[in-house]
Amino acid sequence: MPKRTIIPFGPQHPVLPEPIHLDIAIRDEKVVEAIPSLGFIHRGLELLVDKKDFNDMCFVAERICGICSFIHGQGYCQGIEEIMNVQVPDRAKYLRTIWAELSRIHSHILWLGLAADAAGFESLFMHSWRVREKVLDIFEETTGGRVIFGVNKVGGVKRDIENDVLKRIVGTLKDMEAEFKPLANVFIDDYSIKHRFSNVGMLSKEDAYKLGAVGPVLRGSGVSIDARKLGYAAYKELNFEPIVENSCDCYARTIVRVREVYQSVDLIKQAVDKIPDGPIDQKVTGSPNGEFFSRLEQPRGEVVYYMRGNGTKNLDRYRVRTPTFSNIAPLVKMLEGCELADVPVIILTIDPCISCTER
Amino acid sequence: MPINPFVKMTSTVIKHLLGPTACKMYPVEKPVFFANTRGHIAIETNKCILCTLCAKKCPTYAIQVDKPGKAWKIERTKCIMCLACVACCPKKCLTSENQYSAPVTVKVVETFNVEPPAAPKAPETCPGKE
Ligand code: SF4
Ligand code: SF4
Repeated sequence: MPKRTIIPFGPQHPVLPEPIHLDIAIRDEKVVEAIPSLGFIHRGLELLVDKKDFNDMCFVAERICGICSFIHGQGYCQGIEEIMNVQVPDRAKYLRTIWAELSRIHSHILWLGLAADAAGFESLFMHSWRVREKVLDIFEETTGGRVIFGVNKVGGVKRDIENDVLKRIVGTLKDMEAEFKPLANVFIDDYSIKHRFSNVGMLSKEDAYKLGAVGPVLRGSGVSIDARKLGYAAYKELNFEPIVENSCDCYARTIVRVREVYQSVDLIKQAVDKIPDGPIDQKVTGSPNGEFFSRLEQPRGEVVYYMRGNGTKNLDRYRVRTPTFSNIAPLVKMLEGCELADVPVIILTIDPCISCTER
Repeated sequence: MPINPFVKMTSTVIKHLLGPTACKMYPVEKPVFFANTRGHIAIETNKCILCTLCAKKCPTYAIQVDKPGKAWKIERTKCIMCLACVACCPKKCLTSENQYSAPVTVKVVETFNVEPPAAPKAPETCPGKE
């Protein structure tokens, strides 16, 4: 039997945007075991609830991640609103939905670019990011920020988008969709991409469910679970079905993300058609007293917030379980038995966001 | 009939060669900011009443209000442009401008003398000692 060798992978690796370390045990180029170790960029954001007023904590929640920043803020605010029984105006709910879907579009296109880069397809990477720029411009125009938006607050949102601007955004997204389509077709049809991603990193339906995979990893393995179906914000009034692929490999996870870009554009169109007029925030008085689990669908999967208030300005406990964290166990499973050369691609297909994971 | 890959590639190359560039020639071509862009915080010094609310609300402690010295100070590298100060100011003298503050190599605290006309900043007195 060939000798067991351990290859350290990360924390610095060309394919990784962020530091995670894996000890990869191989026998004869085949991975037999992968042992992850985390904690390079722990920031202690959860502990900051001791020092920050619960209203200011929203700014901290947004800074957990630079890609899903909006949805982190939304999750935090929704949890506090639920504890305090605040009725958020409908317009604010729709605006949150629109911004959340825009986040999903830009996150997925960013990931598709990175995937192309990991497969050695530089020009596709650049074109993906060029398309994504349009979404960032929409963010800058409507919220003022490109990465951190700061529009969420407990009780609603801080900025309104006028109805004609919303119509224009739908137009811009249509243009973007037209530009994205040829790129998406490359991901779907191109021989080299297919060859690189197909039958790599298999994760069976049962394993995906048992190990608690979330988001595109779970749906790429044929399980139809999407936290948006819980009907938070305006999702209960929009018409959509979770996107599921059944081939259980890296290719399936790529296709789920490609199709989710189209789905998000469609959701934004629906939301713009249905958005009611009215106020965008609700005045909040008092302090949260009680506890709540808030669940949302981020681009990378389901995120869970737990928060407990004690009737003072500072929360007792604030805990975030981010999607990458739950995808690490499935990742270890996927890596078992793969070729060493496939390891970077497999790690990339869970869309690792390590800053999120370590908060 | 599927398009010949060579024709497809050539048309893509020509499109991108002749089309507009995706990037801006930055220093030559100035970036255009949106009206909403969160650039930097500006203060109208003749309106401020030094109530210190903004300093208390700022989540990053970027603002210091020096009441005796009649000065409003901001450390721009700390500011995260959350606009909490703009929202809470009772005199509405803080605004968000859409130009980013200039990059710096050392952290500086910008001081604005409040109280028109711009009187020279009062010398710092130490109340404990004569
Ligand atoms: S800027 Fe506004 S909030 Fe700050 S001290 Fe002056 S008046 Fe008060
Ligand atoms: S924008 Fe936010 S961080 Fe910046 S000075 Fe105002 S309150 Fe502080």
